[in-house]
Amino acid sequence: MKQLTVISGKGGTGKTTLTAAFASLAKNAVIADCDVDTADMHLILKPEILEKEDYYGFEVARIDPELCIECRKCREFCRYGAVNENFEVDPYGCEGCAVCTIVCPNGAVSMEQRVSGQSFSSETRFGPMAHAKLGIGEEASGKLVSAVRSNAKKLAEQYHKDLIIIDGPPGTGCSTIAAITGTDLVLVVSEPTVSGIHDLKRIIELAVHFMIPTVVCINKSDINEENTQLIENFCAEQEIPVIGRLPYNDIVTKAMLQEQTLIEYTKGSECLNESEFSDQVCQIWARVENILMGVQDKQKGIKTLKMKNL
Amino acid sequence: MKIAIASGKGGTGKTTVSLNLALSLSDVQLDVQLDVQLFDCDVEEPNCNLFLGFDLEKVEDVVCPVPVIDQEKCNICRQCSDFCRYNALAALPTRVLFFPSLCHGCGGCAVLCPEKAIQETHRSLGVIEKAKGKSSPEFYRGLLNIGETMTSAVIKALKKHIDSRKTAILDAPPGTSCPVIASVDDVDYCVLVTESTLFGFHDLKLAVGVVRALKVPFGVIINRWGLGDSRVEEYCKAEGIPVLLKIPNDLRIAELYSRGIPFVREMPEWKEKFLDMFEAIKLQLAGVEEEIT
Ligand code: SF4
Ligand code: SF4
Ligand code: SF4
Ligand code: SF4
Repeated sequence: MKQLTVISGKGGTGKTTLTAAFASLAKNAVIADCDVDTADMHLILKPEILEKEDYYGFEVARIDPELCIECRKCREFCRYGAVNENFEVDPYGCEGCAVCTIVCPNGAVSMEQRVSGQSFSSETRFGPMAHAKLGIGEEASGKLVSAVRSNAKKLAEQYHKDLIIIDGPPGTGCSTIAAITGTDLVLVVSEPTVSGIHDLKRIIELAVHFMIPTVVCINKSDINEENTQLIENFCAEQEIPVIGRLPYNDIVTKAMLQEQTLIEYTKGSECLNESEFSDQVCQIWARVENILMGVQDKQKGIKTLKMKNL
Repeated sequence: MKIAIASGKGGTGKTTVSLNLALSLSDVQLDVQLDVQLFDCDVEEPNCNLFLGFDLEKVEDVVCPVPVIDQEKCNICRQCSDFCRYNALAALPTRVLFFPSLCHGCGGCAVLCPEKAIQETHRSLGVIEKAKGKSSPEFYRGLLNIGETMTSAVIKALKKHIDSRKTAILDAPPGTSCPVIASVDDVDYCVLVTESTLFGFHDLKLAVGVVRALKVPFGVIINRWGLGDSRVEEYCKAEGIPVLLKIPNDLRIAELYSRGIPFVREMPEWKEKFLDMFEAIKLQLAGVEEEIT
């Protein structure tokens, strides 16, 4: 079973749109939306939820006012300033470390589990999907990402799928790390803006750090040809293949408003420009599939991709 | 006054709004020049300075306390590893192993250890940098080390540099999780930037949930207005949320963005609009019931 993770240095690069298009092109895949913080894929794929599981993040401390003798010890030892003057715990400030429970002389503090979100196993018109919903202000989304990935794996086994397509979170934080570790290929969606180039460099650094073969796709490549060239040069230097360039096209927004993938949307379209765009997406997908086949064993895959620093 | 610029997700134009607002408010050409501080709280991917081009200097290292175990004193009683909520300690038969990247620096293990075998030292999480000399706006940013996960700690350290006598603009990270809360937590006002598309609308609703939970007054900016449909406007109307500004889906703005230029620099007529927005926010905060358009 192969795993592909699509990421971007930042949000708004068209990552989810592209992943949704892949979902409608892939023949035998499970979709995993690991962008748990701002999960959007379900808006297009409209999963029918088969199984739902509560997700518990860190616990939260609770002080029993009956038992509290206001000795201030908890306030003194809590390094996150989560206990206020009235000896109440701020649920957003509490990191669930439980230090207050060990310093309290009167056993007034207990740790309570809290439901921090839900993970789902679902069915979509393109096959099985694993996804999640993180509660507001909850941390440890890395843990939730891992839960989604393990659900995706289970679905793949159950339905005999040989590929997992992961829509990764933006950024380089702990949930991104959780979404790329152990996958066979990372596809970075980038855009030719000054900040896009900067984010691309950071995300590639991360992928290299975890030694995962990486390819790049440049979205909205025509909004700034010069920057597109800079990205190509940078990738050439790093020996990271650029497997596609997509021009700016408002078909992306149009398809989204119809709640369709852009492949579905263009099926009915007469517009030459639009079908050309989706042809290009199909070609990118074909390349990704090819490369994934090539990474039969990690060693060979890495050689195929000629990753530097490996 | 502290104003955070947030959005449910990335790519909606948060940084654009933060920069253009900060530049408009601190512009010497206009009669309302204020002392403005701009904070890039997106410490995983700070982008503001790509548009400002300031020379930066380090003002502090952000560190996290971490335990050091004296193997001589440790008798492997396992109390510390059993306690650690983040699995940063693992007791083997012969020694206790420590995984720094998992440690949150709570200090519990040092408090607990009956043998006094645990001392604390510091581990670097990232840095806080500021623009050299006198810049306008004054600019600070946090930078999280690659592969590091203690995002909120860096944001909290960054926010210590807020000067309450000045106007502080905070460019928040995307999303609705912990780092966003750390950024938006104690501000006076929050501007939510969105687009009127399927994704933008969905994420806006999540972001509204966050600011409502934190009880922070807020308003909305619709970016790339004209793209998509009217669902965001209808929603705001129904919910009584002020729409502070509409930034059109303008090729010129997109092109300036791609070159790293805040658009008020080339389109000065927009400064007035940002200033008006700032006034509207003040009015809203003063509790004046006025239609803000
Ligand atoms: S569990 Fe930790 S963070 Fe929460 S209140 Fe207690 S000491 Fe503070
Ligand atoms: S340590 Fe316990 S008794 Fe003391 S103030 Fe805190 S909760 Fe109350
Ligand atoms: S609590 Fe102290 S003595 Fe016990 S295992 Fe930990 S370091 Fe060793
Ligand atoms: S300081 Fe806290 S988080 Fe770090 S190892 Fe000790 S108990 Fe675990």
